[in-house]
Amino acid sequence: MASTSGVPAAQAGLPFSQAGEPVLVNIGPQHPSTHGVLRLRALLDGEVIIDLEPVFGYLHSSMEKLAELRTYTQAITLTDRMDYLAAMSNNLAACLAIEKLADIPVPERALYLRLIMVELQRIASHCMFLGTYPNECGAWSTPWMYSFRDREKILDMFEMCCGQRLTYNYIRPGGVAQDVPPEFAIALRVFLKDMPSRVAEYEELLVENEILIARSKHIGILSREQAINASASGPVLRGSGVLWDIRKADPYLIYDRYDFDVPVGEIGDCWDRFWVRMEEIKESLRILHQCFEEFVELPPGPYRTPVDWVFHPPAGREIYSRIESPRGELGYYLVSDGGANPYRFRVRGPSQINLTALKDMTVGHKVADAIAILGSIDIVMGEVDR
Amino acid sequence: MSTWLSGRDVARLLRAHLPDAVEEEADDCLAVYPGALLDTCRHLQRELAIDYLNNLTAVDYLDYIEVVYHLSSLERNHLLTIKVRCYDREHAEVPSLTPLWQGADLQEREVYDLFGVVFAGHPNLKRLLMWEGFLGHPLRKDFVMPPFPQPPGSPVRKRGEELGLD
Repeated sequence: MASTSGVPAAQAGLPFSQAGEPVLVNIGPQHPSTHGVLRLRALLDGEVIIDLEPVFGYLHSSMEKLAELRTYTQAITLTDRMDYLAAMSNNLAACLAIEKLADIPVPERALYLRLIMVELQRIASHCMFLGTYPNECGAWSTPWMYSFRDREKILDMFEMCCGQRLTYNYIRPGGVAQDVPPEFAIALRVFLKDMPSRVAEYEELLVENEILIARSKHIGILSREQAINASASGPVLRGSGVLWDIRKADPYLIYDRYDFDVPVGEIGDCWDRFWVRMEEIKESLRILHQCFEEFVELPPGPYRTPVDWVFHPPAGREIYSRIESPRGELGYYLVSDGGANPYRFRVRGPSQINLTALKDMTVGHKVADAIAILGSIDIVMGEVDR
Repeated sequence: MSTWLSGRDVARLLRAHLPDAVEEEADDCLAVYPGALLDTCRHLQRELAIDYLNNLTAVDYLDYIEVVYHLSSLERNHLLTIKVRCYDREHAEVPSLTPLWQGADLQEREVYDLFGVVFAGHPNLKRLLMWEGFLGHPLRKDFVMPPFPQPPGSPVRKRGEELGLD
């Protein structure tokens, strides 16, 4: 699991474990709690971390370079593979940027479909977090089993729409790939009816869970000022008490038509980040309830503007477009040179940038807390390394 | 809705305090000289309540490498694009924004890794994604990708041999 190497030689014939010297420990890259391959170089004094540096690149697959060698439509496929727990959000962010770059209109029905998909995706992604985080804190697999039961239902609904359970490629420039089948509305209605009681079950199971509270309260505190300074976003920023949600601050799709709240933490510890995600599931359900009622009343209509497979956005145009993905601000910066493929395709991955403050959150805590803190940031390595 | 600040308005504001900072101004962005970047950002922090670094990246235009900063003010809900151009491709150097925003840390390392832009003053400027010892900077437009190794006897290799390619 971890390898050790003594820093300077032991003093005066003492074995280094007795000399009180700092020890450098590599946590990872293969470690169950890193959700992928991330290495943490931790310098320990006994059990206390005195320095920590994350080492990246084990999953680097040069998505940006690959996207620059493909057409805009082909590049959507790559975005699925970055944040694979929120592939719909990645599809959406890329499509919004491409549509702004190439002036592609989107029909009304597609706006509803997109919003339903990304909010379901947010619930699925947070369900994953609700399952894995208590697991990392020592509350073992029970929450995992519960939350995966509900995530499974969402994945089934996605499978109905696009035949895929993880990498959807469903949202395309100009709309969505195809309309939803009739059974989707039935499944979604059942899901929306059942889910509030399921969330209540999670709360009962987790919010007063002694293990979880002991492992996460007052651990890994990120202050409000530091969260802003370190460009943290999403639940990490809101956990630190900053009222900032791009769905409210810079509404995209049709979020401005719906009524929802933005949950905010108090002191910015692991518990607050956990609690914010729990509340966000409820808010997503609120949005879905309102949106679904309008969606079922919609007359059948086009779900996609016909767009050529290969199109050429105007030369010299550039765009920075952002959405609130389950992990934070997911931004796409695209530059066009008038060609069929993007001249520059930059992805601002929230997972990666949220790791900037990891050192400051971890130093001074014990090794086991480092795992809890890393888990509370909720990273996806596919997006960190891209 | 967030408001994108006009580069021309910001340039007018900057000129009063930093007369030599602005290289070029446009409606949607503002290019400043590398030497004036830190002062510009400090000034923006003070005057326009710019407090958040959204995105930091670079674009290779072959004539020059452009480092692009997307800054915003969470308080006023404003966004602003600032650019810095490096005309010397071999020794591209820009001051680091880490003294002002910790959030620049990993993003500057990524730009250094993939574009070869040196950020002067960065506390830990190492490659982020590629391994130490990797030659070249993959996202530069003149980067030549190494050929994908083909196993002996594969159709691609045979075709290459027919065409006289190595």
